[in-house]
Amino acid sequence: MKLSRKWLNEFVDLPLSEFDDRAFDEAMTVSGSKVEVTEDLSSRMKNVKVGRILSLEKHPNSDHMLVAQLDVGEAEPVQICTGAWNVHVGDLVPAALHNALLPNGTKITKGKLRGVPSNGMLCSLKELDVTEHDFPYASILPAAILGDYHPIDPAKPSISPDIKPGDKIFGSVSAAKITGLTRRNYALWDCRLSLGNTETECVSDCCNLHEGDLVAFDTARPHICSPEDLRAKPEEFPHCIHDGILILREDLKPGDDMAAFLGLDDHIVEFEITPNRPDCLCVIGLAREAAATFNKELKLHTPVVEAKAGGNINDLTKIIIEDADLCPRYTARMVKNVKIAPSPAWMRERIRNAGMRPINNIVDITNYVMLEYGQPMHAFDFSCVEGKEVHIRRAKEGESIQTLDGTERKLNENMLCICDVEKPICVAGVMGGANSEIVGDTAMVLFESANFNGPSVRRTATALGMRTDASSRYEKGLDPQNTMKAVQRACELIELLGAGEVVEGVIDVVPNPLPETTVKLEPEKINALLGTDIDEQTMREILLKLGFTLEGDVIHVPSWRGDVSHYSDIAEEVARFYGYNEIPVAFSGGISTAGGFSPVQQYERELGQTCRSMGLDEIITYSFISPSYYDKVGWPKDDPRRESLRILNPLGEDTSIMRTSILPSMLEILTRNFNYRNKEARLYEIGRIYLKRPDGTADEPKILSLGAYGPKMNFFVLKGWVEDIIAGLGSGEARFVAVKDNPSYHPGRCAGVWMGERYLGVLGQIHPSVAANYGVDAELYCAELSFDALFESKGGTPVFKPLPRFPAVTRDIAVVCDASIPVGDLKDCILRCGGKYLVGCTLFDVYAGSHIAAGKKSVAFSLSMRAEDQTLTDEHAEETMKRVLNGLAERFGAVIR
Amino acid sequence: MKELMQKLREASLQAVSQAPTMETLEEMRVRYLGKKGELTGILRQMGKLSAEERPVMGQLANQLRGDIEAAIDARREILSKALLEMKLQQEALDVTLPGEAKRLGHKHPMYNVLDQIKDIFVGMGFEILDGPEVEKAEYNFDKLNIDAGHPSRDWTDTFYFTEDGKILLRTQTSPMQIHAMETRELPIRVLAPGRVYRKDEVDATHSPMFHQIEGLVVDKGVTMADLKATLNLVVEQIYGKGTVTRFRPHHFPFTEPSCELDIQCHKCGGKGCPTCKGEGWIEVLGAGMVHPKVLAGCGIDPDVYSGWAFGMGLERLAMGEYKITDLRLIFENDERFLQQF
Repeated sequence: MKLSRKWLNEFVDLPLSEFDDRAFDEAMTVSGSKVEVTEDLSSRMKNVKVGRILSLEKHPNSDHMLVAQLDVGEAEPVQICTGAWNVHVGDLVPAALHNALLPNGTKITKGKLRGVPSNGMLCSLKELDVTEHDFPYASILPAAILGDYHPIDPAKPSISPDIKPGDKIFGSVSAAKITGLTRRNYALWDCRLSLGNTETECVSDCCNLHEGDLVAFDTARPHICSPEDLRAKPEEFPHCIHDGILILREDLKPGDDMAAFLGLDDHIVEFEITPNRPDCLCVIGLAREAAATFNKELKLHTPVVEAKAGGNINDLTKIIIEDADLCPRYTARMVKNVKIAPSPAWMRERIRNAGMRPINNIVDITNYVMLEYGQPMHAFDFSCVEGKEVHIRRAKEGESIQTLDGTERKLNENMLCICDVEKPICVAGVMGGANSEIVGDTAMVLFESANFNGPSVRRTATALGMRTDASSRYEKGLDPQNTMKAVQRACELIELLGAGEVVEGVIDVVPNPLPETTVKLEPEKINALLGTDIDEQTMREILLKLGFTLEGDVIHVPSWRGDVSHYSDIAEEVARFYGYNEIPVAFSGGISTAGGFSPVQQYERELGQTCRSMGLDEIITYSFISPSYYDKVGWPKDDPRRESLRILNPLGEDTSIMRTSILPSMLEILTRNFNYRNKEARLYEIGRIYLKRPDGTADEPKILSLGAYGPKMNFFVLKGWVEDIIAGLGSGEARFVAVKDNPSYHPGRCAGVWMGERYLGVLGQIHPSVAANYGVDAELYCAELSFDALFESKGGTPVFKPLPRFPAVTRDIAVVCDASIPVGDLKDCILRCGGKYLVGCTLFDVYAGSHIAAGKKSVAFSLSMRAEDQTLTDEHAEETMKRVLNGLAERFGAVIR
Repeated sequence: MKELMQKLREASLQAVSQAPTMETLEEMRVRYLGKKGELTGILRQMGKLSAEERPVMGQLANQLRGDIEAAIDARREILSKALLEMKLQQEALDVTLPGEAKRLGHKHPMYNVLDQIKDIFVGMGFEILDGPEVEKAEYNFDKLNIDAGHPSRDWTDTFYFTEDGKILLRTQTSPMQIHAMETRELPIRVLAPGRVYRKDEVDATHSPMFHQIEGLVVDKGVTMADLKATLNLVVEQIYGKGTVTRFRPHHFPFTEPSCELDIQCHKCGGKGCPTCKGEGWIEVLGAGMVHPKVLAGCGIDPDVYSGWAFGMGLERLAMGEYKITDLRLIFENDERFLQQF
């Protein structure tokens, strides 16, 4: 919401000179109307003055430029060169002087134009950041000046370069020289022309004529031709254009500041208004807050309408609300004998400064009232209302409307429309229809000031893809009591601007009047909630300032405060104006709570620490993925794990389902790092997967995901990480079982991890064809371990075991067996057969090659033996070794090497 | 004999004091003091001496033996010191060569900040609460006093799993307030951080998935003064002692009164600069007193208990802490990014 400080001053006396931006913005912000930014409009335009053209001469070195001397209210005239041809001696023009700043950011400095000093620039509408809507009179009709003729094909000019006055151009059109020029008014010129032998006179509304110009004159209907009359293309008369310098018609004098004239002597405060306060989306609403904030009087105005046109609105039209659930109130007035014209400068200025564009008096009045009262209004050309009846109803399936922006919109049964007896003429609260638009010859206007259901307007606007100034106000829920004030104000402005005659009578349809809200004033409860000691009188004063009324301890909530219905709402009102920052800072003495991390949270922290100690970096990945990622990781089409929660309205396919596996996320990040040419990556994440429950919600277990690639990576580095993580559990060793059928992993380099009967997860090299799906031609290594299973496998508090009192004996053995026998099986066998003295078995070599038969391998272990109660003798050791060798021989046919 | 001993004394002490190596020193010990050494040779002649002379000569000989031994020890000490010196010199290393690095991994910068915040709240008696991301509309909206027509429920804003709009991806961590109040014993002091989802296209400041941290206190006699005291303390721990705060009214459907907490811009001290977008203040979090309707909806009597809650965005906090300029970097997980923290 943009607020003009000048406009605000009409309702609260807060002059800029006394309340500068900083003071105003800070006070408003801490009372609840947050200021985003304040713009001093005068900083947009600097040193642009009104100038009067004292003389005009042809530029000596350019055939399309003029050199003007201007009176800009200084002792000496200022010389400025211009390329525009619509200026004449005596004209008042905007002149950007030396060191001027224009709204588009351009700085103007003095210089030379083709050798002639120019001390500034004359400005067009565009350079002043205004449009023909602001200055409708600025529209220019150019004459075709023959000196500016540039033939498309220089070899075949349509007009000879040597043409003289009196020479025929075509038909009744001949060349003529302007010998005299007298201004009749701003738009009309009496011209004297020489046609060689004869002289003639005519009146022209072309404004680029100067004495001495050679023009095309149509003798059949005495008339100076425009380029269009000559059917010329724009490039044939490049300087005879509709654009030109703004010739000011207002009562201004040389030296006047253009910024002030355009209303730029204002500061515009942009507020962030929270959605519960639609009443603050207008000047009056913010004025009420400002008055309460600064403890000033709020000066409200009651519109007065004379309604001097004959007749009564009730005889002219009927308003029928068919769908009262979406339209709690519809108020209307009628204006006859409308004269469409530009609105006055003060109104245009305020509309412009609020960020809107002036259009014409009727449209501007509706926008002005919306900005002032917060009540969106609409004006219908009543002649277009068939049957002279207005029906407020839901659209019928199949109906459509062309809205004011020219787009054809399909309507449906959820959209409320304003209709005549036949068809929709407006999408309620969103945008009017082109079929009842105010146009130049509109004579009779029906003003609508209505209240519509907020969510319905919002849904309609969203469905049609057009959020308008009106819909963004309606959607938050507006005050139904405001419709009458607004329509009265609109009619008052009609009379003030002389834009038409207001018809007597108001139609005000209120199907279901809303009850007034009351809340009990409970000062103790308010103080208890705030932790304050505010006295009741202060509370009452604050509420009165905001428009609440009090009867005993009953608070009557004003109609515009739909957000207040509870004592806690009253507490907020009190707190806002007592001052949030005045509320003490004090701990309440509640029962203390111990706080802390739960065991599972502690383990999660510990697990992350373990991963980082192994050199892994933490990542955070999106929880949603594309269904096609399941193909990428090689899952069969009928894999039950594909059963995912599907987002019905995803941003895109890539983020459309909740992952049931963390693997695609890790592979995506590994791939990205690979593509960024990072030499290696070692990553981990403790992230959730989402498994659909029958009730539609999800189990969201956490998975520890590891992923890596790089020159130092291989299966055993990865396995080492997993082993370290398992060692951290403090509950013994895990079993690694070869997995050959996991489609995402290399069939020969993948293992399932088990802790007793509990499955922890899987690790291995990613299947090369899966890696290829990601466009990676390197070995990728991943592990997926269930966080819950890890946590459940955690050992208890360790119990101290006495340190061994007797030394251990070590013996190394090497056996030869079939190459296919897993070392893990050999080791299990050794530990099982070794007997009570065997306390450790460590692999130290696996060898195949020369000296070993084909299909065989040699495996060497170091065995550690110890007794609790004596030093082991050689015999004991030998006996253990014998048991081990026998066991290996029996089980695997392994023989000592 | 006395002369012989004197000669031996002079010769041996001289020689020992100049012995160049440990080996020559050992040779000298054998030569002078050994079983077949020079001193033994002299002593063999003792038999020829008178009974009176023998003890005198014996004493002299012992003295000489002692002196030579002492000289040898002294020389050995010097030599071994020199040897050690030499060894140390040979062993000298180029200490500027790189160490055998065991690279430590890095915590994600955002979780660095999150852990810091968790620790602050745990220190103040809060517990950490984890909850579902696939959530019911009942918890994400209804029980938080967010009415049926509220814009945040739009399908353009919230991700839905069911056509009836009853199951969705939570858009905020605030449903954790409801879970906490429904399942936990009073009093409650919990912090609930987690992932939240909104239908925002990815750009430098937006992501369809981001993180929030929710805090909730419910107890007897909890007031807005308590909210201010706690949050001021938290902000001081995050942004440093002496950080100036400002509470300003705001609106959340599930708290009343509601506020936002700003800190004075540390860069410009409140004058206004690009960091604070000229405002002089930086918004940190939203908070408020738990709406009595919300308490009652969770079966807590608002006439006996009151509460306050707050919520803050984690991404923005982490980006501010580490001066990260683009949100996309957070979820891109480029090693060159991760290893900076």
